[in-house]
Amino acid sequence: MNNRRRSFLAIAGGAGALAAAGLLKPGAAQAATWNKQGFEAKAYTDAVKGLGASSLIETKDIAITAPDIAENGAVVPVAITSKIPNTQSISIIAEKNPFPLAATFDVAGGVEPYASVRLKLGQTSNVRAVVKAADGKFYTAAKEVKVTVGGCG
Amino acid sequence: METMRGCVAAAVLVLFSAPLPAQNAADGLAIGRQMLAEDNPGELWVERGKRLFFEKRGPKNASLEACDLGQGPGKVEGAFAQLPRYFADTDKVQDLESRLMTCMVTLQGFKREDIVKNRFGTLDRDSDMEALVSFVGSKSNGMKMAVPLAHPKEREAFKAGEYLFNRRSGPLDFSCATCHGDEGKRVRLQDLPNMTDAKQVQHVVATGWPAYRGTQATVRTMQHRLYDCNWQMRLPDLGYTSEMSIALTSYLNHRGNGGEIHLPGVRR
Amino acid sequence: MAEPMRIRATLQGDVADVRILMRHPMETGQRKDAKGEIVPVHFIQNVVVTHNGKTVLDAQWSQAVSRDPFLGIRVKGAKAGDKIAVTWTDNRGDKRTDEATVAAAS
Repeated sequence: MNNRRRSFLAIAGGAGALAAAGLLKPGAAQAATWNKQGFEAKAYTDAVKGLGASSLIETKDIAITAPDIAENGAVVPVAITSKIPNTQSISIIAEKNPFPLAATFDVAGGVEPYASVRLKLGQTSNVRAVVKAADGKFYTAAKEVKVTVGGCG
Repeated sequence: METMRGCVAAAVLVLFSAPLPAQNAADGLAIGRQMLAEDNPGELWVERGKRLFFEKRGPKNASLEACDLGQGPGKVEGAFAQLPRYFADTDKVQDLESRLMTCMVTLQGFKREDIVKNRFGTLDRDSDMEALVSFVGSKSNGMKMAVPLAHPKEREAFKAGEYLFNRRSGPLDFSCATCHGDEGKRVRLQDLPNMTDAKQVQHVVATGWPAYRGTQATVRTMQHRLYDCNWQMRLPDLGYTSEMSIALTSYLNHRGNGGEIHLPGVRR
Repeated sequence: MAEPMRIRATLQGDVADVRILMRHPMETGQRKDAKGEIVPVHFIQNVVVTHNGKTVLDAQWSQAVSRDPFLGIRVKGAKAGDKIAVTWTDNRGDKRTDEATVAAAS
C-alpha cells in the first residue's frame, strides 16, 4: 500500500505538488491536521472560535443522547445525531472541562451525521454539540450531564 | 487530593440541591448504563486473555492449553458455569482464579507470589489474571450456572460460605447479609442486590463478575469484589484465593445455579 | 506495542453500524502514578475510518476522550463483505490499524 503510494507520488512529481493542489492532507494516514487552536482553548467560547464559528444557531435538529446523571465522570457515553442538511462536521464540547473541545468528527465522506463516544467530565457540565453545515453556518444544541459522587469512586 | 475534595464537594451539592427519589436517579443513569453495556470495554480484556491463554509464557515457556479447569485439559467452554468445584490433583475446592493460578504455577512455572502481587490491575500495569478470567468466563456465555455439590469438600465449602455470609464481625459488626440481605439497600447511588432472593443471586452470579469497572478502568473479578466488600466492612484484607474467599464464592455461585451467563459484565 | 482494536460492523439496511473499542491509556497529563510522578499526556489525536479503502470518517480527539476509547459510527452505502479499516494516531506518533468485514444483519 505504502510502496504503491510512494511510486504514485513519484510519478505525480512529489508530495509537495499534491499538497499544494489540495489533494493530499499532511499528517499520517491522511488524517486532518489536529485543531491545536480549538483543542488547547481553555474557555468554552474560545473553543467555539477555534472551530471557526463566529456565531452559533440553536436548533432542535441535533439530538444528544447521554445520561442525565453520570455514574462515573471518567466514562460518560455521548452520542450525537444531526438532522441538519449537509452536515460536514460534528464537534463535542464539554463546557466546564479544563480543555472544553473534546472531539470533532468530519462526517462528509460517507458516514451518517452521527457519532457515539465516551468522554471524561470533570464536573457537572453542559455537553454541547456544534454542527458545521455545508453553507458554513454552525448549529448547536446542549444537554446537561450531572456528575455525581459516582465520578470520584 | 485536591481533585478528590472538589469531587466530593460537587457531589454533596448535587445530592442536596436535587434530592432525587431513587426511581428517578435510576432512570437518569439508565441510558448511560445501557450505552456502556452495549459496547463493553471488557471485551478488550477477553481478547487479551485469549492471547495470554494460548501464548507460550513463563519460565517453562508453556501455554495454558493443558490446563484442566474442570472440563478436561484445555477445555474452557463451560468451565466457569461449574466453578468452584473440587479438583483431585490439588485435593481442594477451587474457583476460577485459584485454578488458573494452579495452572500458571505448575504448567508455566510462574511464582505464586508474583501472580498475587499483580492480581489487581492498576492504571499503570495490567493484570494477566483479570484478562484470563475475562476470557474463560466469556466461554460460558449463554450457558446456565451449574455448580456441583457432589463432593464432600464442595458441600463443606458451601456450608462455610453460608456461615461467613451471615456472620457479623469486625469493628462495624457487619456481615455480607447486612447489605445484601434485604430489598432496597443502596450505597450512594448504587443499588445493592438482595442475595437472599433466588432471582437476584442468579443474575449477579451469572452476569456480575468478572466485570469491567468504569471507575477503575479495568476488569475486576469475583475475588476483587469479595476483597473490596471485606475492606468496606473494615475486616482484615481477604487473602487472594483464600479458603474464605472460595467458600463465599462456592455459596454464592451454587445458589446462582440456573442463571444464564453473560460475561464480562459492566459495573460503575 | 498497541493492542488490537475490536471492530464490529453489522449491516442495517444499506448502512453498516460500526462499533470500535480501542485500547489506549488516554492520559490527560494530570494524573500522578504510584510514585507520585505526573504521567505525561498521551492520547489518540486522530482516527480515520475507511470503507473499501475510501476515507469516510476523519476524527480529531482531545485527552477528554475516555481511557480505552469507544467510537460508534454508521457507514452509508455498505454491503455484507465490505472492508472497514480503522487507524488511530496518538500524540507520540504511535499508530495502529485494524480491519473488519461488514457482517450481514443477524
